[in-house]
Order: sequence, then structure tokens, then C-alpha cells
Amino acid sequence: MHPPALKLVNVHKSFGPAKIIQGVNLEIARGERHAIIGPNGAGKSTLFNLVSGLYSLSDGEVQLNGAVISGKKPFQINRMGLSRSFQVSNIFANMTVRENVRCGVLYSMGYGYSFWRNIGNLKEVQEKTAHILEDVGLLDKANLPASLLPYADQRTLEIAITIAGGAEVIMLDEPTAGMSHSETDRAVELIEKAAKGKTLLIVEHDMGVVFGLADRISVLVYGEIIATGAPSEIRGDPRVREAYLGEEADHIEGEPA
Amino acid sequence: MTDMTTNSAALAPSSGEKFRERVLPFILFGLVLIVIPFFGPSRTTMTLLNHIGINIVFALSFNMLLGRAGLLTFGHAVYLGLGGYFCVHILNWIDAADGGFWGNLPVFSMPVFGFAMGALAGAVIGWPSCRRAGTAFAMISLGVAELMAAFAYMFDSLFGGEMGISGDRMAGPEFLGLSLGPLEEVYWFIAFWTFLGVVAMYMFTRTPLGKLSEATRDNPERVQFIGYNPTRVRYLVFIFAGAFAGMAGGMSAVQDEIFTPESLSLLPSGAILIAAYVGGIRYFSGPIMGAIVMTYMGSNLSDYTAGWLLYLGIMFICVVMFLPDGIAGIVFGFWRGIRSPDRGHLMGKWAQQLAGVFLLAIGIIVFVEVAFRWSEGYGEVWEPFGIALPHDAILTWIIGIIPFVAGVAVLRHVTRKQEEV
Repeated sequence: MHPPALKLVNVHKSFGPAKIIQGVNLEIARGERHAIIGPNGAGKSTLFNLVSGLYSLSDGEVQLNGAVISGKKPFQINRMGLSRSFQVSNIFANMTVRENVRCGVLYSMGYGYSFWRNIGNLKEVQEKTAHILEDVGLLDKANLPASLLPYADQRTLEIAITIAGGAEVIMLDEPTAGMSHSETDRAVELIEKAAKGKTLLIVEHDMGVVFGLADRISVLVYGEIIATGAPSEIRGDPRVREAYLGEEADHIEGEPA
Repeated sequence: MTDMTTNSAALAPSSGEKFRERVLPFILFGLVLIVIPFFGPSRTTMTLLNHIGINIVFALSFNMLLGRAGLLTFGHAVYLGLGGYFCVHILNWIDAADGGFWGNLPVFSMPVFGFAMGALAGAVIGWPSCRRAGTAFAMISLGVAELMAAFAYMFDSLFGGEMGISGDRMAGPEFLGLSLGPLEEVYWFIAFWTFLGVVAMYMFTRTPLGKLSEATRDNPERVQFIGYNPTRVRYLVFIFAGAFAGMAGGMSAVQDEIFTPESLSLLPSGAILIAAYVGGIRYFSGPIMGAIVMTYMGSNLSDYTAGWLLYLGIMFICVVMFLPDGIAGIVFGFWRGIRSPDRGHLMGKWAQQLAGVFLLAIGIIVFVEVAFRWSEGYGEVWEPFGIALPHDAILTWIIGIIPFVAGVAVLRHVTRKQEEV
């Protein structure tokens, strides 16, 4: 029996007197696609920042494949196989699209901080980069500066950088935020492809995306998980309807899962 | 597998492009270095050229931090100074040695020792200071520069007090038949190390670490989430920047044969900041151009006018405000412009801008020249082209104000039209 890909034990986070996360327990199995939903200000992004190491925990523990990662630095956690994206495009704006992805590839291919190799001669790096660019559909824009990409493409690049290192656990923070319907459809397709064979943890406001993509869903309200379960269970859970879904619940009823 | 290889082949620049962009400029640069002495430059020119070479290496090493890693430093001369001091000491050891390691060491190798000393200084000073970026890093670098200069004035035995320490570049064995006595031989020494330094620093930008330094500049937060420690990236780049500055110090030790505590101070640090920025920090070749122009102006402008520092200052401010890409931005913009289909229109725009800048410059020069002669109080009158322009003559004010206003008007007009398009 494998340990869970990601395990949160009694995770707490306070900023001064404000208790943002109040005892979150969560287990995500290997290969599972898990979504976290909740109203604005519930602490979803904070939870992401805690797991990925950007914030330190006030109390509790986070485990990645059985190893404790809470207290480690983000780059250490990343090297252990956890990669995340950001809600706002967090890319290397003055570099080209290709260079962006290539930077994401480098460490995982063992080129660390090396200063004695010409990056142009690293064949496997170039091929992996090209492969990822093709997968996400940015090949034709590879040599554009990242800052010149349209918004939806920047979001795609954000995901491309996230998956470039080949991490086993992928965390996506609102990957479709601000996208149009057709852009969202393409993004979902991309996410499904990128998460194949991997563990996915996703925060998302678009219920269509969540119920279509996730194996299991957790509902976070005021820093606590009030329900975890399959989409059908979540949809019918009266506490969830009361706390969060409310008026949106009817909308979800009609959504094909 | 085949489609993947074709993809990566299509993505990377073709070998023709690679040659044109990455090899040809260096061949041309090398040729220029080789050809220069055949024009028989005077001793003054030779000295100037040698200083330009030193400043090219120095400015590029500075830009490893500011342009490539986004680290603003006000104390980069510390590393040039320490590297240089170390080399002057070695010159003296070579001179004093009777055989042994030092006795057999050619002076030609000094930049290697400067490099090592600069790297060591970078490793020691960078350890605490690279923990912070942005404003804190800049402030720390300022403090370190002050500290090192004060330190140098205090420890006479190491730094020679205000007089500094001097050495003799003709000491030790010859290397490649260069005694390094005559200036022409020093030129070859400088040219060799300048070329090597420029190529090495260009190659650094093509390494994984060089790319990561750019990524850290753009977005240090994200770098953490692709497996890199931004502090470590900055620290390593800082060591290299210090090393290449130290290498410039080694070149300088041989050229000038003296180092004084002032070489560690804020003054040369500020000068190289200005040179790199005026040249254009977003381009690799920018600091090279900046070093050439600023070194030339620094040594020649003072022959024409006592107000030359003021002009440099005005130029720097104008570049920061209106030309953030510096001289290199102008050069490459012009090169792109004359090859674009829009060139007729662009040429017109540039001609107008040039005219505007020219008029503005006339206005500023008249004011500066008249003003500082008047303020000196000796009654000296500025007489360009035989026309006397005393401060109380109407003509002076007309020649000053009209071109100034006209220049501003022309430049504003061009900018407006550009915004409308």
C-alpha cells in the first residue's frame, strides 16, 4: 500500500489574531484528481501556499508521499516532486516562451546551477522543452517574449512551467480564472492531458470545470473542510448546500457530471 | 521521436543565425582589436584604449548583476579594487623574488589572480548581502563600498594609505615575447584579456546558471517553484561578477602600475553604473558601448570644457528618463528600423528627433558655459566661433532660450505624433 500522495494533518495557519486555516485534515491518493472549492476568503489559496512551502505552518504537518514537507523551502519541496501554478500569471516576463519552459525543465534534468555547460547544447533539455510546448500548444509562439502573450496563453504558459519539471503532484490555483468559455474548454483539455498518471490538486471557481474534472471534492469554508467526497456526494450534501453552494446548487444540479 | 527532434530543431535558431548572432560579432570584435595598432595610435590614444578595454570588462561584470540578475549595486569597484591591489602586491613579490614560484610568474597572468581575488571577495561579501535583493541589496552594497574604502585608508601596510601601492609591470619573465614595458605591448596584453573576458561573460549568459539569473531577475518567487533557490542563484552570479571585476582590476594593475584606496570607493562604482546604464543594460553589448563612450568622454571632454561632469550628469539623467535601453537601444533600433518596410517614415521621425536634440543641446550648452564662467567671477567671457556671449547680453539669452524652447517643442511634437499613430 502506497502512502497517500499528499496528506495534511491538522494544518493550522494564523496571521496574527486572524485564524485563516483551522485544522485541515486531508488525504489525496496517488493518481487522484482532487478539487478544493469554497467561497471567497475561505483560505483556498492560503492552503496552497502552505502546502507548497510559500508560507510556514502555524501548526500541523504536510506529507508528500509519506515524507514530511512542512517546514521545508519551496524549492526543496519542488525537488521532491510537487509543483504548483499561481492564480495570477507568474511567469518570467522578459524571457521568451521557450526560455520560460526551459527554465522549468532544467533542474529536473540534473543541470542545477551549472555554469560550465552551454544550454544550447543540452539536447535532451531542448527536446523536452519542445515536447512540452507542443503538448500545451504554444509551439508557434515559442520565440515570443512571454509578456507579449495574450492572457489565456499566459495562463497556459503558467501550466506549462508547472508541469515542465515532471513533478508527480501538480497543484493548480484557479487555472481557468478570467477565461472565456472556449478558452476554459481548451484549458480543461490541457489539464486532463497534463495530469494523466499524476496526482492533481486544483482550486477552481468554475463549477463546471470542478465537477467535470475531479474524482473527489473538498469544500473549504472559513479555514475548515466541511465535506470531502465524490462529486455526487458533494452535490447532495445539505451542509455544503447551506454553507456554500446555495443559489449555485441548482445550477450544479443541471450540470452533467 | 522524429517529430520531437524536428520540433526542437525548428525552435532553436538555425546554424546560420547562430553564427551571425553569436560568433560573427566576436570575430569582428577580435579583428578590430587586432587592427587598431596598425593605425599607429599615439601614446595618449593607446592609454585611452587600454582603459577602455579595462572598463569594458568591468562594465560587463557590473551588468551581470544589474542587467542580467536585476541586482543594483553601488559598490562594484570594491571587487575591481581588491583584485587590482592583490595584483600590485604580486607585481612586487615578482620583483623581489629570486626564482621560485613568484620569480617565474609572468606578469601577463595577472588578470587570473585578479579573477581569483575578485571571486574570493565576492564569495565573502556576497554571503551576507545576497540574502536580500532589491533595495536592501543596493543599500548593503553602498555600505560595503564605504566600509572597504575606509578600511583601505586605515590599513596602510596593505593598501599603502592615500598614496596607494605601486608596482613594476616589467618585473618577472617575459611571456610570448612581451616585456610589457612599452604601451603597445601593454595594448596586446589588454586586448587579449578584454577579448577573453567578453567571450567568457557572453558564454556565461548561455549557461543554465546564466539563464536562471535572468529568471530570478524577472520573478524570484516563481524560481523557487521550479526547484531553484533564488538566494543561491544570486550568490553564484555575484561571485562571478566579482571575479570578472577582479580580472579588470588585474588588467588595470598592469596598465597603471598603481592602486589607491580611492579605487575601492563609491566614485568608480558610480562611474561604472553610469557607463553600463548609458550603454544599455538590456543588451549584452550595451555595457561595451557604454564603456567605450564614457571612457572616451571622461578622458577627452575635460579638454574642451570645465563643465564636462555636468554634461555627463545631464546625459545620464536623459538616458534614464527617455532612453532606458541606452546607446545599444539606439543602435539596434536604428538597425531594425532601416531594414523595416516602414523605413522612410522612421527616418523622418529620427531626423526630427535628432534636430530636436541638437537644438536642445545648443540651449543647454549656452546656459552651462555662460553660467559657470559668470559664477567663477574672473570676468572671462565665452566666445564660441568668435562670438562673445557675456551673461548680461540679450544675444546670449536669445541664443540660449530660443533653441532650448524650439528643441523641446520639436521633441514633444514627435512624441505626440507617435502616440496618435
